[in-house]
Amino acid sequence: MNFLVLFLILLLIVIIIIQLGKVRNLASVIRGEARVERQNNDRTAMSLMVFMVVFLVFCVASAMYYKDSMLGYGPLQPASAHGGDIDYLFNVTLFFTGIVFIITHIILFWYSWKYRERDNADVKFFVHSTKLEMIWTAIPAVVMTFLVVQGLMVWNDVMTDIGPDEEYLEIEATGYQFAWDIRYPGPDGILGEKNYRKIDLAVNPLGMDWLDDNALDDIVIDGSAEIVLPVDTKVRVKISAKDVLHNFYLPHFRVKMDAIPGLPTYFIFTPITTTEEYRQQLKGHPDWEVPYDPTDPESKMKWEEFNYELACAELCGKGHYSMRRVLKIVTKEEYAEWAAAQKSTYFSSIRNQESDPRKGQLLNTEIKQRKKELTSSFNAALKSDSINLIRLEHVFFKTGSAELADNSKYELDNLSDLMKTNNTVKVELGGHTDSQGDDDGNMSLSNRRASNVMNYLSRKGIESSRMVAVGYGENTPVESNDTAEGRAKNRRTELKILSK
Amino acid sequence: MAHVGTHEENVLIKEHGWDDHFHDHHHGDKYQSNFITHYIFSQDHKIIARQFLITGIFWAIIGAAMSVVFRLQLGFPEESLAWLKPVLGKWIVINDGVGSLAPEFYYALVTMHGTIIVFFVLTAGLSGTFSNLLIPLQLGARDMASPFLNMLSYWFFFLAGVVMFYSLFLSTGPFAGGWTAYPPLSALPQASSGSGSGMTLWLVSLTFFVVSVLLGGVNYITTVLNLRTKGMTLWRMPLTIWAFFVTAILGLLSFPVLVSGFFMLMCDRGLGTSFFLSEIFIQGQALEYIGGSPVLYQHLFWFLGHPEVYIIILPAMGLVSEVLSVHARKPIFGYKAMVYSILAIGFLSFIVWAHHMFMSGVNPFISNFFVLFTLIIAVPSAVKVFNWITTLWGGNIRLNTPMLFAIGFVSMFISGGLTGIFLGNSAIDIQQHDTYFVVAHFHIVMGVAAFFGMFAGVYHWFPKMFGRFMDETMGKIHFWGTMIGAYLIFWPMHYLGLAGVPRRYYSFNTFDAFQGFESMNKFITIAAIIVFFVQLLFVINFFYSIFKGKKQTTKNPWGATTLEWTTPIEAGHGNWPGKLPVVHRWAYDYNKDDSREFAAQIEPLAEGEEESDH
Repeated sequence: MNFLVLFLILLLIVIIIIQLGKVRNLASVIRGEARVERQNNDRTAMSLMVFMVVFLVFCVASAMYYKDSMLGYGPLQPASAHGGDIDYLFNVTLFFTGIVFIITHIILFWYSWKYRERDNADVKFFVHSTKLEMIWTAIPAVVMTFLVVQGLMVWNDVMTDIGPDEEYLEIEATGYQFAWDIRYPGPDGILGEKNYRKIDLAVNPLGMDWLDDNALDDIVIDGSAEIVLPVDTKVRVKISAKDVLHNFYLPHFRVKMDAIPGLPTYFIFTPITTTEEYRQQLKGHPDWEVPYDPTDPESKMKWEEFNYELACAELCGKGHYSMRRVLKIVTKEEYAEWAAAQKSTYFSSIRNQESDPRKGQLLNTEIKQRKKELTSSFNAALKSDSINLIRLEHVFFKTGSAELADNSKYELDNLSDLMKTNNTVKVELGGHTDSQGDDDGNMSLSNRRASNVMNYLSRKGIESSRMVAVGYGENTPVESNDTAEGRAKNRRTELKILSK
Repeated sequence: MAHVGTHEENVLIKEHGWDDHFHDHHHGDKYQSNFITHYIFSQDHKIIARQFLITGIFWAIIGAAMSVVFRLQLGFPEESLAWLKPVLGKWIVINDGVGSLAPEFYYALVTMHGTIIVFFVLTAGLSGTFSNLLIPLQLGARDMASPFLNMLSYWFFFLAGVVMFYSLFLSTGPFAGGWTAYPPLSALPQASSGSGSGMTLWLVSLTFFVVSVLLGGVNYITTVLNLRTKGMTLWRMPLTIWAFFVTAILGLLSFPVLVSGFFMLMCDRGLGTSFFLSEIFIQGQALEYIGGSPVLYQHLFWFLGHPEVYIIILPAMGLVSEVLSVHARKPIFGYKAMVYSILAIGFLSFIVWAHHMFMSGVNPFISNFFVLFTLIIAVPSAVKVFNWITTLWGGNIRLNTPMLFAIGFVSMFISGGLTGIFLGNSAIDIQQHDTYFVVAHFHIVMGVAAFFGMFAGVYHWFPKMFGRFMDETMGKIHFWGTMIGAYLIFWPMHYLGLAGVPRRYYSFNTFDAFQGFESMNKFITIAAIIVFFVQLLFVINFFYSIFKGKKQTTKNPWGATTLEWTTPIEAGHGNWPGKLPVVHRWAYDYNKDDSREFAAQIEPLAEGEEESDH
């Protein structure tokens, strides 16, 4: 029904307009076609002049009206080090193009009015003028050269990759339908390898390669968490995508770069304003001194709720418009504090789970750590007169057997290295058990265990003359044998330095 | 108005014309003995031109209507669109009684709007119409070099249209990945519902379309080079012909590259190759594709895509140059500079494509060259603008509808061209890329401006096509509505872009930064709706005038110099009934001396008259 009414109205309008045209044509016949045409022509010429004036006023006035909502003009100043350069370049271009825009429009419409059809017009047969044409080829050429040079200086400055000696923080943004995953490199400052075939949405959505040591301390922050970055620090964002093209877009920072599956890109920028400082910048501005949520009487002011936002700027499917994440710029101290509180994804959710390819294996970091610990206690014992007993924390045997467990080799390899470095030291290797089982059995087990340790070391090239293996059985507990923890502490291998 | 009388013209051609013995043989017309061969499978370039134009109008209505629908969603997200349910069906999703456009269909509409307007309307509808109509007529040729290929050119376009139209009704929807169809989104049906059958049909349709462009282009080039009448040297050709000629060359060199990209995309989609795909994990699955580059597709696409914008705008420039000169009653200023500008723009258009890709992950060093070449284009463009304005200076201007659209074209070309200087500078493009600033830029400079050129052409050559005039009153309402309305739609979009609002967003409420422009978006939508209805006025005027418009009584109603106005009003196949006209001068002898207001190209130089130094 609505359609019918609408259609009838339209039909009526059309008929009216057609009739209007006919009436005008008839009228012009009656009043003399030439005269009416001339009048129409004059009126149209005048309309063009009016249009020109109104249009130019509209352009300038509307620009003034929207000034404060445009980035770089009102309170929305660029928040990155290079942002100001880009805004400057924009304004330089606006200056030149603005002049051309206004002058050409004035002349275009003014000529159309001034040289409208008239009697006895002295039409100029003006075919060409090399001089004029040279002038208006040269002027744009000079201006363009200026803009190109300026533009390319800024461009190459912004887009150059990090130099070899520069300090920077690298993070990674991975776009997918329809969100971003953000990864921090952790304490080592290096992002670990990843491989799209290792992606498992439940446990490893980025496909990180847990066999790469650099990946182990990487931190993938929670999908709803803010991206936190320190102010005044060069940030290199490694940008990638899982499925289709996306674009990493930070409007307040003048940052934009496509995210491409299979082809990582980057963008480098230095935030110069913390979120808090930016809020202060907006404070007091009428547009921002309004409730954030007008329907909520408790609502904070808009400036208090301001946040930097990360958006997608490359069409990626039906949810393209919703890939929002909040970015928070904080002081360097706050960042250090925040970074220290982040837990590595591997250690908090992967380590020794089913999905861990290193399940049950020692990590290189742990091996290094143990070496460090053993070396320091060994050296301490060498220096000290009172301490000569070192507990070999990481030497294990198979349950009820004297056979060394596989993961004992790290500690013993470290020990053999230490013995080689300090090649005069003589040691006693002592085996201890808990009180479970009968005494003789324990004594014999501890004897065999101590001997196996010694044998391992001599296979590594330590002379047997420098070592003695002694089994102590259950006779020298360090804790009570009544508790499981106590018994675990009592089962041990000890190193006694006999002579330095 | 002093112009050469009908009688005199006939005498000129009869006495001085060149006899090609065309009418000694029974070719051409004998194939047009019935309705089907005359109006449907016609080989007459004048009929084919009209076919292109009317098909273009059909597609323009569809493309524009789509923009109105998605503008409604953007401008009035809270209003219910449930009333569109009878038309759009399941693509209107009703939540809490409020019907809104499904996001995937919003993207389908945006995509189809772009594809349809760029290819079907502004390439086929504009260049197809006027190259066909004017190349033989203004050169003094009987028809195109190959009328048969010319007919095929239209029917491949028609076929492309049928396939695209069909894709609008698929249950998974038409393609929805943007008119540029970047993979992987366009390659993987998992990525978007429109990337399934919708994309297949999109590729098939556009491949047919390219066949159409190539058949047309080969014909235009051959005709310009070989079928100029006696005396029509290259430097005597009207600027329209120069524009169509360069346009055809651009199309011939760039469209095949696009098709090569399409074929690779088809292989990736259907045969498991990895030209554009690598390391993709989608819908819970790691795909086998490895080693391809999505950026390669972008290079292939924009190698066409950039020349394409000149394929669209050059014909409009040619039409506008002609209309400005005829109605200002003055020669076009700097004819040779205009030709060289067209050639320079044509050449440069091939080495600037990557300026669409500054933020696409190409090596930033390479962008240096593309910035340089891109901004160089501003120079020939500026020369053209200054020359058009100087053409008006000291003229005797008839401000009728075609002239108004020509003046409007110059305004639009300035406004949209100047914003290109911002975007062509890669550093500024970091911020402006893919924002509404870009939308404003290209809509004004190659959308609205090209439409203005087309309207100027339609109003001006309507008598040539249909023997009648379009209604001036409706024409002027159409002009003012479009001129004012188009600026009201697109000017504010600059401000959206400067506020950082990205294009292709279904909703602005998801981000704090992009909110707060509700009233502006409403305003733009209302303006778009009004402009849409003003265009319908043009359509009504067009069809009404075909049958009821004021009759053309003289051969050369505008007092133009070019050859198309020397044919009979109802010209048959072959254009000139007897001999072909012979050309004695360039196309712009308006008010050369006091003896006459203009001298047609067929007029021999008077005694003692020197050919104009141009």
